[in-house]
Order: sequence, then C-alpha cells, then structure tokens
Amino acid sequence: MNPVEISPRRRFLLAALSGAGALVLAGCDKLANTAWFQKTLDAGESLTRVGQRLVIPRRAMAQEFSDADLSPQFRSNGTSVPRSAQYQALATGGFAAYRLEVGGLVERPASLSLADLRALPNRTQITRHDCVEGWSAIGKWKGAKLAALLDTVQPKPNARYVVFHCADPMESDGTSPYYESIDFEDAYHPQTILAYELNDKSLPVPNGAPLRLRVERQLGYKHAKYVMRIELVDSFANIAGGKGGYWEDQGYQWYAGI
Amino acid sequence: MSTADTVRAAPSSYLYYRHTVAVRIMHWINVIALTVLLMSGLNIFSAHPALYWGQSSYSSRPPVLEIGAMEDADNVTGVTRILGRDFDTTGLFGASRDASGEIVAATFPSWLTIPGNRWLSLARQWHFLFAWIFLVNGLCYVLYAIGSRHLARDLAPTATDWRSIGRSIIDHLRFHHPIGEASKRYNVLQKLAYLTVIFVLLPLVILMGFAMSPGLDSVIPGWVELVGGRQSARTIHFVIAWLLVAFVFVHVFEVVITGLWNNLRSMITGRYRVEGEAGDESR
Repeated sequence: MNPVEISPRRRFLLAALSGAGALVLAGCDKLANTAWFQKTLDAGESLTRVGQRLVIPRRAMAQEFSDADLSPQFRSNGTSVPRSAQYQALATGGFAAYRLEVGGLVERPASLSLADLRALPNRTQITRHDCVEGWSAIGKWKGAKLAALLDTVQPKPNARYVVFHCADPMESDGTSPYYESIDFEDAYHPQTILAYELNDKSLPVPNGAPLRLRVERQLGYKHAKYVMRIELVDSFANIAGGKGGYWEDQGYQWYAGI
Repeated sequence: MSTADTVRAAPSSYLYYRHTVAVRIMHWINVIALTVLLMSGLNIFSAHPALYWGQSSYSSRPPVLEIGAMEDADNVTGVTRILGRDFDTTGLFGASRDASGEIVAATFPSWLTIPGNRWLSLARQWHFLFAWIFLVNGLCYVLYAIGSRHLARDLAPTATDWRSIGRSIIDHLRFHHPIGEASKRYNVLQKLAYLTVIFVLLPLVILMGFAMSPGLDSVIPGWVELVGGRQSARTIHFVIAWLLVAFVFVHVFEVVITGLWNNLRSMITGRYRVEGEAGDESR
C-alpha cells in the first residue's frame, strides 16, 4: 500500500490539532509528575473503590454463561511457563509433590495436596475473564471454594487480607515473584475459588497450573496463577512494593472492579 | 415615526445576556473533562487496539475494527481494518510521526493520548478521575437545566421549530444563519443536536463505560447482554467517543462561522452581541 497524499489543508488541520494536543499533553504530563496531582489521581481511585463497593451488593454474582459461549481457546497472558527450577520440577512430576501452604494470621496453618484441595467443597462456573488491556475470554472453571479453605484454617480476628504468593518470577533474574491480594469481602464471595480445572481438564500450565485464583468481579490481573502459598495478613504494606500485588506495585489499581 | 426615521436610527446592536454563569462554568468543565477522557481513553485503547461484537474477544468471529502497523525494510504503514477492509491510516492511526518526526508504529500519535507514551495504569487513573468529574458535572447540569427551566425554555423544540425544520436544514447547508432577534434563540437543528448529545450520546457513553466494569456488571447479572455483551459495549463506547468528536468539530465550525469572538464571549462573560436589523422595531 502507498501512503495516501495528504492535501495542504488537511496537513494544516492536522498540524493545528497536533499542536493543540501536544500543548494539552505537555501540561497533563507535567501535572502527572507533581505530587499533589498524583495524590488527586489516587483519591479518584479510592472514590471509585468506595463508590463501587457501595452500589455492588456483597453477594452480587458475576454473570455465568453456558457451554456454547466458551472461547475456543482460553488466552494465556503474562507468564506462560514459570521459569523457576522448583516449579519446573513440580510440573515434570505432574504436580504430585505440590503442596499449597496456608499460613499467616490463622489459627490452624495448613499444607494441602491437590487431592486435599479437590476434597474441599467446590464450585464450577462459566465466567467471563476481563483483562485490564480490554479483551475478554469465557472459560469454565472448577475449584475449591476459598471460603471453605478459610473455614478450615480459621482466620485470626485481626486478619484483613488474603495474599496469594505465586511460583512465577516476574524479573528475568528470577526475582519478584507474582503476588496478589484480596479482602475478605471478595475472599468469602461464593464465586471466589481456587481453580484446578479449566474447561473440564486439569488446569494447563499457560493458565496457571496447578492452582489459580478466580475472583470474578475483578479484572484479570487479580486472578493470580501458579498459587503456591496463601498468607493472611492485617496489612500488605511490608510485602514487596507494599501495594498488594505485582501489578499494583507497578501503578495498577488494587481494587480492579473497573 | 416614519419608516425612513427608523432606518436612519443609530445602529441597534446591543449585548444580550445569553448564558447564565452556571451554564458557562459547567460548559468549560465539560470541555476539560471530555478532552481528558478522550485522550486517556485512546491511551487505554492502545493496550488492545481491537474491537469486537459480543461477550468475548475470543469467539469464532474476527474483530470489527483493528488498528495495527505493517513494517517492511524501509517503511512503516498504519493500517486500520474495519469489517475486514484495510485502510491506510499512516499519520494518524497505526503509524505516525514521533517527536523526532520519524514515522513509527503507534496506535495513536503521542499528541492524541494522555499520557503521551503508552502507559495503561496512569491512563486509567486519568480516565476514571475525569469520569467522576464529568459524571458529577453532567448530573448537576441536567438538574439545573430542568430546575431553571433552561431545558424547557431554550432547548425543547417548539411547534414552530418542528415546522421550520426543512428550512433550517437548507439554511445550514447554505451557511446562512439567523441574525438580529432570531439569533437569540437556538435554531431547531441546534436544539436537536444538543438534546441528542445531552440525553442520548453522553448517557450512553457512561452506561457503556459501566458495562465494561466487571464489578458493575454483577449488580444485575446479564444486563450487559442488552447491548450485546461486554465487548459490544466497549465497541459502542469507542464509537460514541468519536461521534462526540464529530459533534465537537461541527459545533466549533458553527461557532467560528457565526462569529467566533461573539460566541466565545457569550460562553465566557455571558454577553452575546445581537446585531440590529434595519427596520426592526421589536426591541
């Protein structure tokens, strides 16, 4: 294809517009670098979280679909194979040696095999996965209810968040493992599960084998893959970057309901 | 008084109080909010520059719109694919000049997005903060327009308006605009354009924004199906954003050809100069 010739008038209009745009942009970029404006942006974020929590009933359910709606292939985003040697050894052994460690602010810390997890009360749901980038895919998930797991470990009264520590390092030198956190409102939601099956098969490695979180009323990055350890905390300020998740530490919103 | 005296009388132009201070403030807040929403929205779109129809992006159907770039040894071409047809949009969509003047692959030119570089998390923060400002401002405007009778008095078309619709269309096509006393009122096409933007496009763009939120989708499970699904909602959100851009182009064009400074002053100080017509005794 050859580039279309742009008439002088269009060129002028484009130049005028791009000049105006550049001015707006220069101002906005400068503004975003100031501390007070970043605080204003953060305040907007809090307003959204509080506003959504006010209008969304605690037990409101994400829409569920039928088998006919399933995406032919469920897209894998982010890590497709965790690079850690420990994970690869587990995968080679078909995750027979996998244990989910549950600890932190709990009365009865636990270590669960996949068989233990399968023995917990479970739920199967066909839901839409919405990525922060803008795309959606529909998959059928089966997994242990997080509420049931929490009931067995008994959270201490001061526990406020559930943190998911994952097997996939996000830096090429093997550091910065992925992690995520949710509060108790989402942790006890009936659709919040630790999924071990996708579309009636064991969870594939690109989608988070052997265990991933589903927290259906939030965006994709909250749905931590390759979950190895669950920790109950009263604050996530001292974990990694302190914002409650790998992407949160990079500037993404902790509350991802929008 | 004879007719000749009237014609000879001093020029009867005068300043008319056209826009209340509330309308002026809300108009300019809206200008800022919509500008930021558009520019940050385009940055968000760049994270996945494709639009779909239906619930998901991964069905058997191809995207309805896709923006990308084709690169070969010495050329970068911006390509916009709409319903399977490719359009060369180099310079604006897919590929455009960067700060150094070189054509590079980019969904939108840097000057069209906030922030200027691809930065999804920051663009989202801008978008949602200004969505709040836009929403609250819009609600205030609608309440004010109803309460102050601005809506009933200035915006609702009258029976005479409806009858004059054909002539109004011809007048617009000829760039022929009312002067004198008639310029104090909005013409029927103008009223319909404003009403469509205020009561159709803007509420719909907000609703489609809500439809993209997995949280708000759960309030009434399945309500997103009313518009065909979340990806359809995203498509409609995008299309309305550009319809609003088209409205702004026409709006600014009309402002310019009917007297840029007079119109601009009336939206800043409220005062609009009405040019007297010879023989006009209606004052």
